[in-house]
Amino acid sequence: MMNWIIRYLWLIPVLPLFAAGVSSLAKQRQRKFAASLAIGSMGVALILSCVAFANALQHSGNGEVSHRFFNFHWFQFGDSWLELGWVLDPLTAVMLVMVSFVGLLIFIYSIGYMAHDENFTRFFCFLSLFAAAMLGLVIANSLLFLFICWELVGLTSYLLIGFWYHKPSAAAAAKKAFITTRIGDLALLLGMVWLYSQANTLLFYDSGKGCLEQSTLTKLVAQTTSAGMLVSTGIALLIFCGAVGKSGQVPLHVWLPDAMEGPTPVSALIHAATMVAAGVFLVARVYPLMAATPLDVHGTSTALQVVTWVGVITAVFAASIAIAQSDIKRILAYSTVSQLGFMMMGLGVGGVAVGMFHLITHAFFKALLFMGAGSVIHGCHEEQDVRWMGGLRKFMPVTFATYAIGMMSLSGVPLFFSGFWSKDEILHAAHGWSISHWPFYLGLFGAFLTAFYMTRQVAYVFFGNWRLALGRTTGSEQHTVEHAGLPAKEHPQIELSTEPHESPSTMTVPLIILAMFSIILGFLGTPAWPWFQDFLTGHSPTAEFAKLFESEVVRLILVSSAVVFLGIGLGWWLYGRRPAASAGEVDVLERIRPDIFGLLRHKYYVDEIYEHSVVWLNAWWAKTCDWLDYWVWNGAVQLISYLVLGLSWVSRVFDEYVVNLGFDKSCGRISQGGRLMSRLQDGRVQNYLRIIGIALTVLVLFLIWGCSK
Amino acid sequence: MISLGSYLLLSAALFAIGLAGALSRRNAIIVLIGIELMLNAANLNFIAFWRYGPNPEALTGVMFVIFSIGVAAAEAAVGLALIISIYRHYKTANVDQINSMKG
Repeated sequence: MMNWIIRYLWLIPVLPLFAAGVSSLAKQRQRKFAASLAIGSMGVALILSCVAFANALQHSGNGEVSHRFFNFHWFQFGDSWLELGWVLDPLTAVMLVMVSFVGLLIFIYSIGYMAHDENFTRFFCFLSLFAAAMLGLVIANSLLFLFICWELVGLTSYLLIGFWYHKPSAAAAAKKAFITTRIGDLALLLGMVWLYSQANTLLFYDSGKGCLEQSTLTKLVAQTTSAGMLVSTGIALLIFCGAVGKSGQVPLHVWLPDAMEGPTPVSALIHAATMVAAGVFLVARVYPLMAATPLDVHGTSTALQVVTWVGVITAVFAASIAIAQSDIKRILAYSTVSQLGFMMMGLGVGGVAVGMFHLITHAFFKALLFMGAGSVIHGCHEEQDVRWMGGLRKFMPVTFATYAIGMMSLSGVPLFFSGFWSKDEILHAAHGWSISHWPFYLGLFGAFLTAFYMTRQVAYVFFGNWRLALGRTTGSEQHTVEHAGLPAKEHPQIELSTEPHESPSTMTVPLIILAMFSIILGFLGTPAWPWFQDFLTGHSPTAEFAKLFESEVVRLILVSSAVVFLGIGLGWWLYGRRPAASAGEVDVLERIRPDIFGLLRHKYYVDEIYEHSVVWLNAWWAKTCDWLDYWVWNGAVQLISYLVLGLSWVSRVFDEYVVNLGFDKSCGRISQGGRLMSRLQDGRVQNYLRIIGIALTVLVLFLIWGCSK
Repeated sequence: MISLGSYLLLSAALFAIGLAGALSRRNAIIVLIGIELMLNAANLNFIAFWRYGPNPEALTGVMFVIFSIGVAAAEAAVGLALIISIYRHYKTANVDQINSMKG
């Protein structure tokens, strides 16, 4: 009886899709209608997701992951049918609840955040469309279906980053995001085509015939392609490229920080909690393919090693950049990139459960942080530079409290925060990885950096004095301000008395809910009671408190705690002890090592390198094509056009002077003849009579002459 | 006795006069009169040829001429009526100006 949810799982994405369709037709002023439609549909989707989750919960715990699916024929080509479908397994169930829950909270938050925007209705239309695509992506049981939704989330991401399209930077960021992810998507498409040509199906699970099931995997690992690479590895790596693009892994991470040009709820929903996690989800979804090894070879597959290394490098790389940024959302963006690296690393070293656990906890606390940042920006009158903030602890207590919880979760403060347990899980898995110990050490370093930059940010934003007002009063500091590399833009003219204010309750309530979840969720995945991991792997959850005190576990917890406290301590010692007095003050790290700080502030010059390599090459090629177009192809076309023009000129001359003139002449002659003849018919009776008379005379003379002979 | 030739000459002269009148005059009535003259020249020819013909006793020539005169009278009546109606329409009886069938 409970199986109706599997049959009707499609309702979950279709509801927001319906909301998006209807609100796209709504008028600009029907704000309440659009918002309530979006939130209502999302609420129902959340309820259905919970039902699906409960259903998945019922069917788990028998030692095997149950994939229950519903497939249907889409269209026929040749003899074969293309099949689509959806699947309900623990992975889907967890993602469904996460996406719809976080989505719902962010929808509610958006009411407050976007209250003054005139395109409120359009915003909710896009948000609903995004939610529909994301939920569709999560339930997909076919790589094709997943790919369709994948592209849809890419589209909505583009639309939402460029929501304030009148800002050139937002429009550029939207394009950058779209094009950069497209590079990965191309590889994903190629992987999909290859997979279809090999496996003859794109369904994930199809009673033993799906491409993630044993028979197909055996076939895939049995073949090798060029350079001795397994076919399964090749396909998995191509699919992973798609995930790299979407999840902002090195080297395609450049779009994610720029995507912060969009409205903050969008950053929270799409570029922190859900969409960027789609890449991680994809890897988790095709994990059997990623992990496939030939029967006689044991150990980690090549694809998973690549996933791990990319994840590790991204985690450390992005975390180090985050240290030197000064835009509140940009710091969080690099933090997101870094955490996504951690997830990839978790997937690589520890499997689906480890990576997914961090994905879920991260979704909650990163959404919390972004929404907190949005609240800060909202309260500070659209100021985003942390150097201009400060002391907000006193003005925005709720935001500060929830932000602190998010910050501690992200940093991984021991025992009470979810980020600690999920990150610990990853480090634990990395510690036991058979290939290399480097991911473990680098992961620890990444955790240290995370704690450090989050402490720095919190110290800048919430401690010290309210610097924006101070900056206004002392005009003489303008020089130092410019020296520190601050944009020379005019700050919005704010009256000195306007102090930052706490945000409305539509914004703070979601913050509080998310903060609670940031704490609670951690307890679902502790080593003592790894409920989450057991659920995903299909085991019945077991609670063994003794596990918590195994020497290895304790050692790891101690090491990671020490690293985290070291990071926080160092951050506090550098930034919190003596908060910057004014916005123009040089960063502490910059004072110590300006060269390294500059390198980090400029994001290792990756954007510049791309600008001078790929973009330059592309532009050069485009220019060459343009030149060829203009001179070669255009020349040929022009030549032909002149030829045709010449021909038509000849034809015209012939027409005008031969054909026309001939006609004119003959017509003239005919009409002349007619005129001549018409003179005989001039209507004068006497003329007729005269002719008759002359004719008679001639006749008589003729007769006389004839007779006289 | 006056010979046939004299009659024929007279008739030819009469015809020539009538033709000249019909051709040269512009007034439609005079043209009509010319036509009547030519008709009468023809009638004279009839009579002359009958009188000097092989059978002068039969009244064939006179009968022809009487009919011809009768027809000519009717014709003159119709002609005059036409001329009057043309005159009313065009306000002229000049045949040179009456060169169109269309009113």
